[in-house]
Amino acid sequence: MTTTHSHWQRFTLKQKLSRYSVYLILLIALLQSIRTVEVIPEFFYDAPEQMADMFTRMWPIDFAFYSISVHDAMIETLNIATLGTLVTLIFALPLALMNASNVVSSPFSHWIARFFLVSSRSVNSLVWALLFVAIFGPGVIAGVLAIAFRSVGFVGKLLAEAIEEINMGPIEALRATGASWASVLLKGYWPQILPAFFSIVLFRWDINVRESAVLGLVGAGGIGVVLNDAMNLFEWQRVAMALLAIFAVVILAEIVVVQIRKKLI
Amino acid sequence: MTAATDISNAPNALKILGLQKEYIPGKPILKGINIEINTPGIIAIIGPSGTGKSTLLRCINRLIEPTAGEIIFHQSNLCLAKGRQLRQLRRHVGMVFQEYNLVERLSVIENVLTGRLGYMSAWQAWRRKFSQDDIDMAFQLLEAVGLTEHANKRADSLSGGQRQRVGIARAVMQDPHILLADEPTSSLDPKTAVEIMELLEKFAEEKNIPTLVNIHDVNLARRFAKRMIGMSDGIVVYDGAPEGITDDHLKQIYGGESWLV
Repeated sequence: MTTTHSHWQRFTLKQKLSRYSVYLILLIALLQSIRTVEVIPEFFYDAPEQMADMFTRMWPIDFAFYSISVHDAMIETLNIATLGTLVTLIFALPLALMNASNVVSSPFSHWIARFFLVSSRSVNSLVWALLFVAIFGPGVIAGVLAIAFRSVGFVGKLLAEAIEEINMGPIEALRATGASWASVLLKGYWPQILPAFFSIVLFRWDINVRESAVLGLVGAGGIGVVLNDAMNLFEWQRVAMALLAIFAVVILAEIVVVQIRKKLI
Repeated sequence: MTAATDISNAPNALKILGLQKEYIPGKPILKGINIEINTPGIIAIIGPSGTGKSTLLRCINRLIEPTAGEIIFHQSNLCLAKGRQLRQLRRHVGMVFQEYNLVERLSVIENVLTGRLGYMSAWQAWRRKFSQDDIDMAFQLLEAVGLTEHANKRADSLSGGQRQRVGIARAVMQDPHILLADEPTSSLDPKTAVEIMELLEKFAEEKNIPTLVNIHDVNLARRFAKRMIGMSDGIVVYDGAPEGITDDHLKQIYGGESWLV
């Protein structure tokens, strides 16, 4: 008596071979990239010493510097982040609606929306800032627009996904009452995406606070300008003050966002 | 077509002529439906799943686009209505759904009030400017369905049976000349199912409107319907009094017979 065995394998031989060759290629790529980055060993081994040196120069933190220029610059940074997020909404909402297949069914509209969303996301906010500083000159406006242009892609994309995930049942029901398209949008779609909307916008605002802190490095206003100047003048105690302020504000922003989100959802 | 000449002028008359629907070309799900409705009361549409009952109801208010045929309502062909005209016709066709389809994050009373959206501009809807008459009517309807004390609760805090009551109140809020109910009891327990059918019957009589109910529970259909329409494979195979439906008809509609006790 022989029992017949069922034969089962997750992958065929050919699939196995192709999987292992991918691993091999990854390994070769890793080794090759280590060779090309050319780490200078002297600098590398020296790093802990340099770091300790920098911390001693930063200490004691120049707290007096806060009221001199950090405070105003920090407020400016928060303004850039908040205004930038608000400007984002003007563009992100229509693009999200155009990109959601359960709102607009035309592939042409999806294609246009996707084009703008992807181009917004593919450029870093620092690069946007460089562009806008060149156009509007250094200052807050360049910062606000840089933040807004970078955020449109992020907010628009996530919002479109949130819209596509809603339950279409109530939409069907409202259409059946004879409601106009705009009324269905207001009473059917909006209540369903409301939690996601605030969650996404607050999350992006949180990111924008951090991003706008850096924008000053290219002259787009805010705390980054102060940080950059202090670094160029080797005023490490002031640099420490600016970094501490950024850290504190980021933590505060996080706490505020978590609290608001809890209330809304 | 001369069909338009002989239909009754009553506002709640509905005439379906040669209605066809194909989701995939060459594979019709509705193969020429002819139904004439002009008497109030519950009309049950029975038939197995996938036979096109839901498609038929959704063709009537054009949530689904029919492929061919005519639906005459208010002396006009619903199949050709567009834009504002379609919305105005839809106002008078109330619909109740299997999964209730309430806007879950809105309150119960606001869900009932959304039945009036067809009569308002989006600007009014946004500011929640419902007329006093609408608000009075919404509260009366909530009382009629027994949910007065739940008015300000969020719709998602209600049970299935309660949600369906809200769904019915919303449909009646539209001031419908005809009601469509797509499997309104299928997600509910037997006792609640009967209560929901009683409620539909009550409104059909009070408002004097025909109520088309898709239902697969034959006994429930027999108990409440004044007229039954049996559908099988995209065509109407029985249309008449509930008493007239025999086991042979049921065999033809559902296929097999082991389920007939």
